[in-house]
Amino acid sequence: MNYHWNWGIYLEQIKGGGETYLSWLMTGLGWTVSVSLCSWAIALVLGFLIGTLRTAPSRRVARLCTAYVELFRNIPLLVQMFLWFFVVPEFLPHGLSMWVKQEMPAKEFLTASACLGLFTSARIAEQVRAGIQSLPAGQRHAGLAMGFTLPQTYRYVLLPLAFRIILPPLTSEFMNVFKNSSVAFAIGVLELTFQARQMQEDSEQGIETYLAVTLLYFICAFIANRGMSWIEKRTRIPGCIAAET
Amino acid sequence: MKSRNRLLFCLLAVSLAANPVFAEDLTGTLKKVKESGTITMGIRESSYPLSYLDDKQQPIGYHIDVCNKIVAAVKDRLKMPGLKILLQPVTSQNRIPLVSNGTVDLECGSTTNNEARRKQVSFAVTTFVTNVRMAVKKASGITSLDQLNGKPVATTSGTTSVQLMRAHEKGKHLDFKEVYGKDHADAFLLLETDRAVAFVMDDNLLAGLIATSKKPADYALVGEVLNVEPIAVMVRKDDAQFKKLADDAIKGMMKSGELDKLYAKWFLSPIPPKNISMNFPMSEKLKELIRNPSDAPAEEYNRKK
Repeated sequence: MNYHWNWGIYLEQIKGGGETYLSWLMTGLGWTVSVSLCSWAIALVLGFLIGTLRTAPSRRVARLCTAYVELFRNIPLLVQMFLWFFVVPEFLPHGLSMWVKQEMPAKEFLTASACLGLFTSARIAEQVRAGIQSLPAGQRHAGLAMGFTLPQTYRYVLLPLAFRIILPPLTSEFMNVFKNSSVAFAIGVLELTFQARQMQEDSEQGIETYLAVTLLYFICAFIANRGMSWIEKRTRIPGCIAAET
Repeated sequence: MKSRNRLLFCLLAVSLAANPVFAEDLTGTLKKVKESGTITMGIRESSYPLSYLDDKQQPIGYHIDVCNKIVAAVKDRLKMPGLKILLQPVTSQNRIPLVSNGTVDLECGSTTNNEARRKQVSFAVTTFVTNVRMAVKKASGITSLDQLNGKPVATTSGTTSVQLMRAHEKGKHLDFKEVYGKDHADAFLLLETDRAVAFVMDDNLLAGLIATSKKPADYALVGEVLNVEPIAVMVRKDDAQFKKLADDAIKGMMKSGELDKLYAKWFLSPIPPKNISMNFPMSEKLKELIRNPSDAPAEEYNRKK
């Protein structure tokens, strides 16, 4: 293959500006991490809430939460991005719609974080539900028999155990958030994939570009993985579930 | 199995030995084409009207016609009238890797000839010139770059229009809010839905998007020319033999007036799929290039005076 290699490309000056390609990639990394952490926060809060409510005694609430999960789980992430960014604002009143489309600060970032957060929350909700349902019914009964109210039973008995059971799949989910955040380039968030396309078009050094980007994504996901396994070790209850790993 | 392979191998060896003349003076792409009996054209799916798919999913366009002429010259040169033409759709992201790794022999799309790309590939003589300008909604009353201060301006990700706006003397002290679409159609949607007041891109692409939009009369091409870009057919680097063949075929069309006819067919008359004309008269720059063919890169057109 007839390829012109240039490993110094990262430090080269970009035409017409004082930046280097490396500074483009670093800006991209910053946005990737910001979008990922923001949507992870949204996903954790909503995921635990919805997942818990799916096991609640009220049939109606549980069904509503099932509908929520199915809605976000059954539509591809890329399509959801386009829906939130291009379609939803068209249904707002004209003044508000124009504000969202032109004036709203950081609209790409907020849309992407919310969209990825909601998508991931549906997946976390499923894991939380599975975690709670995997506990023996005796746990719940014992909690209630001790005089705890139902919310107290969840807070002090069921959720702490369920959380520990689902930590391994949550780890994968946290890593997925970083990888899925690459879809945000489609609505114009200046994240890593976006900068990679920009850099490859400008420099024509595609192989060097995508190798660097691969490495940066790998590092992000790997740090997420190590962080979660640290939490897993710290929160382990000896003699309880998954004691030995 | 094994003996059959050996038989095939013997047949191959005999047939090669019987045909020793050509393979010697052919190099690079022509040698590869001769040996494989196929030539692969890289095509674009929506670069109107240079290279795109019609309603039967067949590639058509100005550069497709130019490339067919080059392929005809290849058939003549190799005396292979039955040469098989393979089509490979390409994108802005993969076109250069696919040419340099040998998947595509002749890229017939809308690629700008610039210095960064010439490190990886080579270009035939320039067959089209585009100017980077902006499309706006007529109702906005915008006619110049300096009216864009603080306004959202759309462009396509993977292009460098924003840098060009910043580099332009009128754009230096302005604060643009750039918004990005993932491809040209998405970026045009940003303008159409008022997320941006202007879309900065190659003027022929803008003219095509406007011509095929829902209300072509609502839009106008306005403002300063931010960059002049020569567009050409792309070939592999360091393959003087094939490049000369392509260049000679194109120069022949320029001399005979055939290229002017092709230009009129694709830029001035109604074209598929909607039978709308682009209405895009030939620029002075391209007229000059037809008189004096050149494969100079974009940088030579935009030197600061």
